[in-house]
Amino acid sequence: MNDHGLSLFHLEKKDFNIKLKKGVDPESLRELMSLLPAAAPAPLPQAAPAAPAVAPPAAGGEAAPVQEGEAITSPMVGTYYGKPSLDSDPFVSIGSKVSEGQTLCIIEAMKVMNEIKAERGGTIVEAGIEDGTPVQYGDDLFRIK
Amino acid sequence: MFSKVLVANRGEIALRIIRACRELGIVSVAVYSEADVDSLHVQLADEAVCIGPAPSRDSYLRPDRIIAAAEVTQADAIHPGYGFLSENARFAEICESCNIKFIGPSADLIRMMGDKNTARATAVANGVPVTPGSDGLYKKAEEAFEEAKRIGFPIMIKATAGGGGRGMRPAMAEGEFIAQFRAASNEAEAAFGNGDCYLEKLVINPHHIEFQIVGDSHGNVVHLGERDCSMQRRNQKVIEECPSPLLTPELRERMGDSSVALAKAINYENAGTIEYLVDAAAENFYFMEMNTRIQVEHPITEEVMGCELIKEQIRIAAGEELSSHVRNVVPRGHSIECRINAEDPFNNFSPSPGTIGLWYAPGGKGVRVDTHVYSGYTVPPYYDSMIAKLIVTASCREVAIARMKRALSEFMVRGIKTTIPFQQLVIDHPDFIAGKYDIAWVGRYLEERREEGAL
Repeated sequence: MNDHGLSLFHLEKKDFNIKLKKGVDPESLRELMSLLPAAAPAPLPQAAPAAPAVAPPAAGGEAAPVQEGEAITSPMVGTYYGKPSLDSDPFVSIGSKVSEGQTLCIIEAMKVMNEIKAERGGTIVEAGIEDGTPVQYGDDLFRIK
Repeated sequence: MFSKVLVANRGEIALRIIRACRELGIVSVAVYSEADVDSLHVQLADEAVCIGPAPSRDSYLRPDRIIAAAEVTQADAIHPGYGFLSENARFAEICESCNIKFIGPSADLIRMMGDKNTARATAVANGVPVTPGSDGLYKKAEEAFEEAKRIGFPIMIKATAGGGGRGMRPAMAEGEFIAQFRAASNEAEAAFGNGDCYLEKLVINPHHIEFQIVGDSHGNVVHLGERDCSMQRRNQKVIEECPSPLLTPELRERMGDSSVALAKAINYENAGTIEYLVDAAAENFYFMEMNTRIQVEHPITEEVMGCELIKEQIRIAAGEELSSHVRNVVPRGHSIECRINAEDPFNNFSPSPGTIGLWYAPGGKGVRVDTHVYSGYTVPPYYDSMIAKLIVTASCREVAIARMKRALSEFMVRGIKTTIPFQQLVIDHPDFIAGKYDIAWVGRYLEERREEGAL
């Protein structure tokens, strides 16, 4: 191949097929291209869906560089309520010390009020989703230390 | 017409439904598991709600989370796609009670035709031929044995609650009946919670021919021709074509009339498919089952009959009458679909999930690719291995085959293994070209290749 400056030699059998190429091999070029960071963009916007139905303000750890404690995420889809009723105090707020099994909030789905309970004790370091916000599976509800 | 439809599915069919919604001016809501956050259906839907972690049973199979998602997004209808909850009568019922329109037939219809033994009895009651078989169900092998001898061997033992090829065992002769009955029954008990079985005379090397049915809420029911789905590997379809190279016009008419009669008798609404077995001589046809949902292979009917089945489903659910172009179809040309799976055909079709480095799908006249994947996409290991459907349409079968061959040869996928090379072998095979294949063909072909050491 070197003698004739070939960059590609292809061989198929059965009915016999042969392919020879001189000059630059597009295949190896493509592979080189894919290594360049700028040249290979993802075809679509990254990670988060284009227009999510829900966008809790305390979402993820993307905005804040370092976050305290660990996130308590939603185990279901529904509407978030931070208080047992309209004129009560919220279940918890920043600084609240909670014990395992304590109710943190309510997520309402299909007319059923589901109490979301703490899986372990600790101190709430982040809270503040507004009442009535729709939440999806995995959305951050609180952070606990 | 609906303002917002939630798509309770994933992958290519979710994308298909979202596209139809977009063209109808309907807002679409995608639901997704954490493993599907980068999926195309999530990216292209107008809204999206995460409903759980990767496993289907914790996400796509959770009626409560899907309904909750419909509630928080205020969707007025749900399209269930195929698989997952599409034939779950309970889910359809929950939708009905929550005032969310389930895009499909009623829960009662799903229940009736979903129970295989009841469906069979319904067919018999409406004059649709069924394979000779038992009238009732059996719990014990010994009781069924007498009936089996009466029907005559070979026998197919089928669980009434079965599906997807499970809870089925053949008994070729008397000697193996008891063991096979117990195997089928136990499998069904474990998978579906019901081990009751019925018996059918086994049709040797049959063809699988199905008829597309569409009915609206005003009593109109039509059939949109047949699809030949005999090319199967382990009871899973590999290639489908429309029309069937096997059917004579006379047989087509008989089967079409039977299909419409059955659908009308049960007041069928929305899209559905009646599956039949046809014997090798193409003389007799036998009702097998009815699928009360849209099928994977619906595109080949769309291409030949000039219809848009997903939009039709949505329109019917919204209370409209069947479109005039659906009521007056004029078939034109021939269409073939090859299912492309993320599997290694040279390694016993073992699943090949992973990141697709390069994806180049074929194009050109008469080539349609329904897929949710793209270059850079990671195929998750949790779901069905089908990643694309390659559908070609041409003026006649010969040109369609040439076109499929051309399209398959252009299809480039790097990073994962696909069944494209296997499809190429089948499309090129003299049996396929002659239209002479049955549901056991792939099994025989793979056996031959194994013996030759070629696969």
